[in-house]
Amino acid sequence: MNLRFIHVWRRNLLVWRKLAIPSMLGNLADPLLYMLGLGYGLGSMLPQMQGVSYVAFLAGGVVCSSTMFTASFEAMYSAFSRMHVQRTWDAIINAPLTLDDVVMGEWVWAASKSVLSGCAVLLVAAAMGLIGSPLALLIVPVIMLTGLVFAALGLIVTALSPSYDFFMYYFTLAITPMMLLCGVFYPLEQLPAFAQIAAQALPLTHAVALSRPLMLGVVPAHAWLHVLVLALYASVSFSVAQHYLRRRILT
Amino acid sequence: MTLLSVRGLRKSYAGKAAVAGVDFDLAPGECFGLLGPNGAGKTTTLRLALGLTLADSGSITLLDCAVPAQAREARVRAGVVPQLDNLDPDFTVRENLLVYGRYFDIPHAELEKRIPDLLEYAGLASRGDASIRALSGGMKRRLTLARALINDPDLLFLDEPTTGLDPQARHVIWERLRQLTLRGKTLLLTTHFMEEAERLCHRIAIMDNGRIISTGTPRELIAANIEPEVVEVYGDGAEAWAASAGAKLAERCEQHGETVFCYAHDARALVADLGAYSEQNNAQDLRYLHRRANLEDVFLKLTGRELRD
Repeated sequence: MNLRFIHVWRRNLLVWRKLAIPSMLGNLADPLLYMLGLGYGLGSMLPQMQGVSYVAFLAGGVVCSSTMFTASFEAMYSAFSRMHVQRTWDAIINAPLTLDDVVMGEWVWAASKSVLSGCAVLLVAAAMGLIGSPLALLIVPVIMLTGLVFAALGLIVTALSPSYDFFMYYFTLAITPMMLLCGVFYPLEQLPAFAQIAAQALPLTHAVALSRPLMLGVVPAHAWLHVLVLALYASVSFSVAQHYLRRRILT
Repeated sequence: MTLLSVRGLRKSYAGKAAVAGVDFDLAPGECFGLLGPNGAGKTTTLRLALGLTLADSGSITLLDCAVPAQAREARVRAGVVPQLDNLDPDFTVRENLLVYGRYFDIPHAELEKRIPDLLEYAGLASRGDASIRALSGGMKRRLTLARALINDPDLLFLDEPTTGLDPQARHVIWERLRQLTLRGKTLLLTTHFMEEAERLCHRIAIMDNGRIISTGTPRELIAANIEPEVVEVYGDGAEAWAASAGAKLAERCEQHGETVFCYAHDARALVADLGAYSEQNNAQDLRYLHRRANLEDVFLKLTGRELRD
């Protein structure tokens, strides 16, 4: 393990710093809209969910979906720009860094950015008085792991994409279904049995299964199992992304 | 120190050989040019030498390191000017140098010392805070060149350094590159501009179809491959004249497009006959140019005349 990838991470950080304020406002505005629009708007018509208000229930899901979106966008649109359009990666691998260093840097960077956006949801939830227990702090490592999963998946799509248009397929076929089927907006048990089983194969389900109880001050059931699934998703996806990016860039 | 030594290098893509057995060595302080038409394998050779693509066979030693095994270590002391500009559009001119310097683990204080000199060299001393988007093509090239020097490399790779530049900008780059060779830097450049190769390179390897077909100084290449004098004939009647008198008086005649090139050791008879022929036939549109043979003649002879796409 070497730390050369930090150069790539720092390069991206320096770019981000130039637009840090609008970027962070975006991180806050997005979850705020979800919580207000769905949490209060839709939630006012709903009964209590698992013993809490709908908005409190929703917060534990939106933490994960925000993380998923930010990591995916960064690993796809932004990384693709740097790889394919600006040729930034080509410049970096002419220096004493390898493609593996670059890919590692992009992976950790996309995950880091998604941690900001996941934490923004936590802040919003705290400001709304929806967090009642220090257990919610354990959501931060859950966000990190979730960010690594979706950053790695996004890099696979980037490795295989001929152009930006290709990303829409991934959003339509993977991100949107996960957003709707993994328990972000309602308890998974509301789905028909086969859909519940299918949802268990999707990483977002396991992220929500960890963050929602923690948000509500409860220790999640089967916590290590969910962590294991996420860790497997992250590491296997990263290896696949690395393989396809090597093939794309180095041959 | 071995700067770059390449032996039996081969690389094919999808069954088509891009590099088909290339050998060469760089001598310290020389500017070595790989000259060839598009698709000759020049860029692939550079990528292989830098360890960015794996060869099918052959061996490469770059700056005393075996490539690809130690390519990363070798690149610590190499500089690269790529064919396509890949400056970082998110950064200013100065930040481009700073961020690139970090990739070499150069301490910040050292970078702060080097950057003003490099900006001066690139003629961008007053543009340090300018955005990349505000630079002209020539300025971008100069900045890319300065960026490649951030680690004070022992060997500089330049892939078609002046392609796409206007003549003024091209002359400025040539002048900057000559400064580098005067300072003792070793340069490996690819080009398809004869004038560039003839002006800058101490030695040239002419590449075609993945092979080096001739190597030497520009003068050696001309002396070894071609008659010293050329008469170019074009315009109405050029072909008719070439078929009759040209073929008899020249040692060799070749047609490229609408121009007939007549080669000879002494072209005086050719010129005299062209004068007489124009007068007799009142061929006012027949034009001709008598000159010394140059690298372009060698290049055309060795790589053939067909179009390369």
